[in-house]
Amino acid sequence: MSDKPEKTGKTGKTAKAGKGERPGEPEGTAGAAPRLSVFKTYKLYVGGKFPRSESGRVYEVTDSQGTWLANAPLSSRKDARDAVVAARKAFGGWSGATAYNRGQVLYRVAEMLEGRREQFVREVAEAEGLSQAEAAAQVDAAVDRWVWYAGWTDKIAQVVGGANPVAGPYFNLSTPEPTGVVAVLAPQESSFLGLVSVIAPVIATGNTAVVIASERFPLPALSLGEVLATSDVPGGVVNILSGRTAEIAAPLAAHQDVNAIDLAGADEALAKELEIAAADNLKRVLRPQPVDDGGWSATPGTERLTAFLETKTVWHTTGALGASGSSY
Amino acid sequence: MPTSAPNAAHPPTAPRAGGSPLGDVTASDSSLRRFLHGLPGVDAVGLEARAAALGTRSIKTTAKAYALDLAISMVDLTTLEGADTPGKVRALGAKAVHPDPTDRTAPTTAAVCVYPDMVAAAKEAVAGSGVLVASVATAFPAGRAALGVKLADVRDAVAAGADEIDMVIDRGAFLAGRYLKVYEEIVAVKEASGAARLKVIFETGELSTYDNIRRASWLGMLAGADFIKTSTGKVGVNATPANTLLMLEAVRDFRAQTGVQVGVKPAGGIRTAKDALKFLVLVNETAGGDWLDNHWFRFGASSLLNDLLMQRQKLATGRYSGPDYVTVD
Repeated sequence: MSDKPEKTGKTGKTAKAGKGERPGEPEGTAGAAPRLSVFKTYKLYVGGKFPRSESGRVYEVTDSQGTWLANAPLSSRKDARDAVVAARKAFGGWSGATAYNRGQVLYRVAEMLEGRREQFVREVAEAEGLSQAEAAAQVDAAVDRWVWYAGWTDKIAQVVGGANPVAGPYFNLSTPEPTGVVAVLAPQESSFLGLVSVIAPVIATGNTAVVIASERFPLPALSLGEVLATSDVPGGVVNILSGRTAEIAAPLAAHQDVNAIDLAGADEALAKELEIAAADNLKRVLRPQPVDDGGWSATPGTERLTAFLETKTVWHTTGALGASGSSY
Repeated sequence: MPTSAPNAAHPPTAPRAGGSPLGDVTASDSSLRRFLHGLPGVDAVGLEARAAALGTRSIKTTAKAYALDLAISMVDLTTLEGADTPGKVRALGAKAVHPDPTDRTAPTTAAVCVYPDMVAAAKEAVAGSGVLVASVATAFPAGRAALGVKLADVRDAVAAGADEIDMVIDRGAFLAGRYLKVYEEIVAVKEASGAARLKVIFETGELSTYDNIRRASWLGMLAGADFIKTSTGKVGVNATPANTLLMLEAVRDFRAQTGVQVGVKPAGGIRTAKDALKFLVLVNETAGGDWLDNHWFRFGASSLLNDLLMQRQKLATGRYSGPDYVTVD
């Protein structure tokens, strides 16, 4: 499966080399031949690996001025299918990991991002047409968001779970459980802070995610895959696809092995269509939520964490009641 | 369309009169060795390239629907674990009879494949459905036992009602060059199997070279195998497109020379519908359409069936299916 796209050839590098020079690139010194820049081939992130699209297709990604930046893979429904298989495979291990361990892994993502801050600032600035300072603020907020959700992993159970009072000698305990494989349509406008704000809460609670990156600005998302691959996140927990959102989202919404879908990146018409498809196997659906004025910069509540949790309630006998009316 | 009663169109294999179809090659150890070593050597690079090239064919829509149903009808649904219980065998039998309980148009599998002591339970589970019961025998999977023990194993399985016997060859003797011993063992097991069809397992993963696989194929066919089968599923390397292609060439050439048709069964390691379809392409392009029938070609597999069913559901509904919608064995 994965070797086929590997062989389909020169998608990004040679086809477009030399067409646009990147801002901030050093000029060739007089006398010596100018150095040829090495372009990066952006690839998908599926099952801990970096495949090209199964279809072999790519599409052009431009900055806010319309200058060509790179070619991104144009994923097909088969890439979506493969990503769901990878996410399902990773679900057992990730949901079974302790909440404390998941918190450490999420914190590690923040650490790794911090080290590649410059790259993300550049990519976000180019994509969204922001100044260096504005882009830096976005990236810093995204790093902080990972830390914020890392802290929540072992606390959410106290907030939404608990011991229920019952009329009998029983412990009655409700605990939150992850929903399963979650398809995430990343926000279209906020290419990085918005992306992190929708991925982190999904995986913090033990779900695994198939993420469709912003259609126009997919590069920060594809680079995030490289960060996740080096930060102890098991392969398959987050899978990142780039391409036409409507094309990839439709099979995911209808997929019988996807348990929930976050429609953050869908417009009104697409959201409605996907919600209908998702009803088929009773997926949990998170409709697009209003975004705060700062574009995802406000501190999130726990809504995104709890959107993809199920509640499991169990009864345990407490043993015989003593003379005091309680054995505990 | 594949039929659910695999044997309807085929009379039981007639016993071959007059010993070996190729005359006196099996008369002595040296003549047999001369014959087997006289087989042309295998071009390993060419073989693998051919198998890989045939694996790139694209099978879509109605052809895919036909191929999926054909593949389901060719599955020998297998459980060969130390932990097998009668309950598990009954569940497997039920699955073989109704692979997809939500869709009764799904064909039955060809057979269930179990250990000899589970044959009676399997027979009961598939009674009246046309699904056959295959039993491994001859000290499966290693085959390291005295001939008397192996034959008793076979008779046991046949007495319990097995329709097919999957035997393993003595790889130790084969690799030591004692071809006649291997030959005579297969002949003896064939005789003990009676009316049951005999599948001969070579354990290709232990034969080291493609040349050995070709020799083993001819040896098995000369000795009267009804099926030649790649592997037990118990070693690292099991059925691959290349070794199956090689065996398909052997049965094609054997029929051309002797007029006797022999079946092929790749087993172990075939887990996805995509892989299964690639094997069907190999069959059609190498042996020919005569083998595209569960009387002549089988898949030894367990998890493959679930993937075939999920693909079948995808074709029927247009939605990707998931493991929640097939039975867990």
